[in-house]
Amino acid sequence: MASLSRQVLEWLDERFGAGSVEEFLRHKTVPVHRHTIWYYFGGMTLFLFVIQVLTGILLLLYYRPTPNDAFESVQYIMTQVRFGWLIRSVHSWSANLMIFTAFVHMFSVYFLKAYRKPRELTWISGMLLLFFVLGFGFSGYLLPWNTLSFFATKVGTEMAGSIPVVGKWLLIYLRGGEEVTGATLTRFFGFHVAVLPGAVTLLLAMHLFLVQRLGMSVPPRAEQAIREGRQPARVMPFFPNFFLRDMMGWYAALGVLGALAALFPWELGSKADLFAPAPAGIRPEWYFLFMFQTLKYLPAKVLFLEGEFAGLLAFGAAAAVWVAVPFLDCKVGFGRVTRFFTGLGIFALGYVAVMSALALR
Amino acid sequence: MIGLLFPFASAWAVAPPKDSCLACHSSLEGKQSEPAMRFESDVHYQAGLNCADCHGGDPNDDTMNAMSRAKGFRGAPKKTQVPEFCARCHSDITYMRHFNPKMRADQLSQYLTSVHGKRLKQGDTKVAACVDCHGVHNIRAVSDTRAPVYPSHVANTCARCHADAAYMKEYKIPTDQAAHYLKSVHAELLAQGDTSAPTCTTCHGNHGATPPGVSSASNVCGTCHVFFAQLFEKSPHQAAFAKLGLPGCVQCHSNHEIVRPSDAWVGTESKSVCVTCHAEGDNGYIAAQGIAADLGKLNSSLQRTEETLNTAERSGMEVSSARVELGSAHEELIKARVNVHTFDEAEVRKLTGQGVDTSQKAYQAGLAALRERDFRRKGLGVALLAIVLAISGLYLKIREIESRDRKEA
Repeated sequence: MASLSRQVLEWLDERFGAGSVEEFLRHKTVPVHRHTIWYYFGGMTLFLFVIQVLTGILLLLYYRPTPNDAFESVQYIMTQVRFGWLIRSVHSWSANLMIFTAFVHMFSVYFLKAYRKPRELTWISGMLLLFFVLGFGFSGYLLPWNTLSFFATKVGTEMAGSIPVVGKWLLIYLRGGEEVTGATLTRFFGFHVAVLPGAVTLLLAMHLFLVQRLGMSVPPRAEQAIREGRQPARVMPFFPNFFLRDMMGWYAALGVLGALAALFPWELGSKADLFAPAPAGIRPEWYFLFMFQTLKYLPAKVLFLEGEFAGLLAFGAAAAVWVAVPFLDCKVGFGRVTRFFTGLGIFALGYVAVMSALALR
Repeated sequence: MIGLLFPFASAWAVAPPKDSCLACHSSLEGKQSEPAMRFESDVHYQAGLNCADCHGGDPNDDTMNAMSRAKGFRGAPKKTQVPEFCARCHSDITYMRHFNPKMRADQLSQYLTSVHGKRLKQGDTKVAACVDCHGVHNIRAVSDTRAPVYPSHVANTCARCHADAAYMKEYKIPTDQAAHYLKSVHAELLAQGDTSAPTCTTCHGNHGATPPGVSSASNVCGTCHVFFAQLFEKSPHQAAFAKLGLPGCVQCHSNHEIVRPSDAWVGTESKSVCVTCHAEGDNGYIAAQGIAADLGKLNSSLQRTEETLNTAERSGMEVSSARVELGSAHEELIKARVNVHTFDEAEVRKLTGQGVDTSQKAYQAGLAALRERDFRRKGLGVALLAIVLAISGLYLKIREIESRDRKEA
């Protein structure tokens, strides 16, 4: 049996150069220090993304993206298709868990200063991936065509419409017309299953390539302690030691997803009615709540700008600063600038948490 | 109506014609100034009419001569003259059409057929004439929510006299109608803003207000509750009630205190209205027993299904199709309740039977959802066990690898 597998590997090696992969895996190591646990969140996000792709493909077998059929097809998946409830619930829960782990991964990279030279592009590609993942969430939310998703999309796209000059064009582009209709559903479906997966695949390939090419970053304090001989430079082999630990996490995530799907199947709600008034207390998914709450607090006018646009402009500027952090916090060490960025990160995390909690009240 | 009258009002606002009546009476004190002070809120004023249009006289004359008989001054009418005073215009359909093409002009003729009108003719000035209900000098359109004759105010307007025991003493009629009416389902709907819900005038008429007689009571109810009236007319109760001189609907539902009926009204238990006439062993008693049993069976079935679906929903199960079935079964119950007015056990059973069947289907769907929930939970248990075993295996493997590496190192 062992000789057969060796023969297969040799056969593949002759054609693909699989030996170089084996060589790479043999030599790849992962730094070991007291923050090593944060390294697992990238892999966890990737694992959940794979779950999304697989369950998404299965949902495509039954889902029909038209206003007449969308809700009924999801209802059919939930009630008639064998294990359809499991696939749809896992898809929805996994989407939320993926966004959560992506945020944890982003903040851990930020606070451990892993974006510093030469990993600027790893950070930027990661940030773009996060934006695309949020896009997945926004576009996927509409697809069941239920009341909540319909009105959340209406409110969300209206925000885009408040941007001066291009707002109107953007709103029509997103909605496929003036209003949220079947055209919007078709368009969002296209974004969700074609445009975003294509873009994410390319970016993910780049992100993973950079991670492998540059290796995992050691936090500045640990790096300094190793340099000064206060701490040994410990590493563990990526394969199998780190990989097996990763797998433990993935199994745990699978268990959590299964439990959530079985005990709290994702709700279907009621079919969207285009002519019904918006239900009371409508709000977006949890990961957009901090923006939603901020916009609620803003007055109608901020200086000479419309309140909503001023809010979006501020979030846009904040996102631009966040993406550009590797270049702004360029002399990462223990100076005043780097402390400022650590403070900024704590403020951002606190702001998101407090605003989201206020919106959930 | 106000909308149609607006052109007059705006014309008035642009160039108000001279009106010596308002000018003088505004400067007077007490009762003399009251008409002038109130008149601006009056629908007639807003329609462009002035004091002289009703009272005569010359509004262009600034002297007391404006109120001379020579200038057609009529003064204030006596109570007995009020209906005809208002009817000079309101019975003139040609004139009234200027203000509202749909305006009726039969108020006086109706009033004269009413108890109020007949008594006034006999000189009884305590009865209601136009101004007692509509007001005077501040008369508002019926559609004006501040008008005393606006649907939600009618009961209080009638009650001003009809609930005053001392005032009504000589007429020897009850004075608790308003108190009873305010407890009724009709008053409840009206209080919720449904102005189509009946109030005093809906059943008794407004200008021709007369208490419906025993024979016409079911016709009065039937003007709104058409289907119930039709069923009642075909029922064995129609002839029996007529023979006994019983007043149709009112016999079971009361007249003013018409409360929301319940299924307990049907049957032979203490709250039943059937046993007020039927005695044990008679056909009506047996039918009432049967109808109550059928309604009870459907009600219990619906309750059991509702509880099952609620449990399934609380467990996160999707039971919307079963909810639709349950809705249909509820509709059957409503139809069966309506058909109680046939007083025919077989007719009611036809509908309750359909309702029970539909409810049973929904119940089975609920049970299936609960079985599916249990299957999922068992599956989850097995999957979690497998996952725990896999994680434990991985943990042991890692320990083995790392202990071997340490030994080799």
